[in-house]
Amino acid sequence: MKRAAVMLKMIVCMKQVPMVSDLPWDPVTGTLTRDVAEGMMNPACKHALEAALVLKERHGGHITAMTMGPPMAEEILREAIALGADRCLMVSDQKMAGADTLVTSFTLARAIEIFCPDFDLILCGCHTSDSETAQVGPQLSEELRIPSIAAVEGLDLCGNAMRIKRVSDNFLETLEMDLPGLVTVATGFYVPRYASMSGLHDAFREPGILTVGARDLGLDDDDVGLQGSATRIMDIFSPVAKKENIVLKGAPKKIVEELLDRFDDTIGSLIRKDLKAVK
Amino acid sequence: MDQKRRSIWVFGDYRNYFQNRVTLQLLSRATDLAKKIEAEVCATVFGHEVDEWVGEYIAHGATKVYVCDNPGLKFYSTDTYVALMERIVRQYGPEIILVGATSFGREFTPRLAKRLKTGLTADCVGLEINGEGLLVQTAPAFGGSLLTRIVTPEKRPQMATVRPGVFQEIPHNYQATGEIVNVALPGDLPGDRVRLVSSERQPAREQKLGEAPVVVCGGRGMGSKTRFKNLFELARVLGGEVGATRPVVYAKWADEDALVGQADRHISPKVLFSFGVSGAIQHTAGIKNAGFIIAVNKNPNAAMMKMADVAIVADASQVCIALIRELKKRIRT
Repeated sequence: MKRAAVMLKMIVCMKQVPMVSDLPWDPVTGTLTRDVAEGMMNPACKHALEAALVLKERHGGHITAMTMGPPMAEEILREAIALGADRCLMVSDQKMAGADTLVTSFTLARAIEIFCPDFDLILCGCHTSDSETAQVGPQLSEELRIPSIAAVEGLDLCGNAMRIKRVSDNFLETLEMDLPGLVTVATGFYVPRYASMSGLHDAFREPGILTVGARDLGLDDDDVGLQGSATRIMDIFSPVAKKENIVLKGAPKKIVEELLDRFDDTIGSLIRKDLKAVK
Repeated sequence: MDQKRRSIWVFGDYRNYFQNRVTLQLLSRATDLAKKIEAEVCATVFGHEVDEWVGEYIAHGATKVYVCDNPGLKFYSTDTYVALMERIVRQYGPEIILVGATSFGREFTPRLAKRLKTGLTADCVGLEINGEGLLVQTAPAFGGSLLTRIVTPEKRPQMATVRPGVFQEIPHNYQATGEIVNVALPGDLPGDRVRLVSSERQPAREQKLGEAPVVVCGGRGMGSKTRFKNLFELARVLGGEVGATRPVVYAKWADEDALVGQADRHISPKVLFSFGVSGAIQHTAGIKNAGFIIAVNKNPNAAMMKMADVAIVADASQVCIALIRELKKRIRT
């Protein structure tokens, strides 16, 4: 034996997101009518799964893919199986609809404590393409009282800890995190693999996926979903493209000065440079 | 004892220029919001040898600053900062906490909100106070194609992270005075579960056109291949990438991989500079996700000019040269 298998026990949290950008939403609750749109695995979650698969290949390990969502979200768990996950956990309950990040992380934590408590590492995507909060990962780590690092670009085992590389506010950081811990994985560094057709075929023929609801987690109705949420969505609207279309004319030098004076904050913050005129 | 006085807090994120700018922008917005709910504006500053920032936040609108100055806080540590902030929030009970949506803010704030068991809205592009005195937070969803307005009706504090550049900072006021509340670093903070091995300022990274936050796009209106080359210099100064229209690629002023607007060649820069581009539909389809658009064209009626935030009616090449000069003059390193 070259080296003892480490057998990292990993959980990859993933979310199904709508594939289209023009979405119907419920005008009463202000939440999205997700069952109307076709779903896909959130892109960042694919990167998190890929990071887990790489760790598994390198050190040996076991991957549980889990999601919380409506029954159709089961598809992404089957996709995860086809890609190399070993086990799935589906958290699904009508009462969980409309959950904000506070209650989502709470619910996921309860499921993890009951159904996969002996994990070493949790991996999440760095953000979802629908609500884009990037909050569930960090909040899940708080709920489980474990350390976490957001938006990591590379990770590997280093002794009993995780050695992590990432860029945070223009600082290239190398960090070490105790296990068990949680990371959210940035997009663009791990290249997600494709599932083979036969793999997908087999994954979708697998028997039922373990599905748990609020009661299985020992939670009351007002602990979960919209009822358990701290935030309320007042409304969702499509920002009308109301560009001001400001027209500037004159000598190039004057125009450029005017442009940078009027929009120094807008342009400056976007290009991350200070454009205030030097006095 | 004015413990009952309501307060709006802004987390002092000062590690680099833009983190600090968003802090100042939030102090400005907090000042406006505070008038509507009769609150005071407070900032927090954690770190070591941080007097500079304390003074700056007072000069930009904070009337009270909670300061924890300790060598143990020399480096940003999410674990430590969350624990420290949780304590002083519980002690003083702010109504609202605003944090810049920097990398740090986006990691720190969700964890703080979780500890406080309150709501948090990410990446806000608007903040208002409604008739009931609640903070109405406008945040983008689906890549900005939708906006949502969110409130936290009961839990306190109400918390939001806000994108840099959304609000205007108020000018530096040297006469402003503020109260400084020194906070001791608690001796019983949890041990370092995350250890910083190394940290260095990130060198510029090669970006691909599709993901570049800044794109300088040129069309036939640039006039010639030689003049088109100035766009590469402008892109360098702006830290962006160069894109091109089909006629320009055909004329071999730019490589094929700079082409914007053909199938799958969509770009979504936060800011797009468009020089001498008429705005053929193939091209405009490829840039519909661009954020702030500045277009330069001699023809004010060009389609590209109509879809711009700022339309500059002038010779594209001359404006390009003038812009390079002016930017080099202004950008401090």
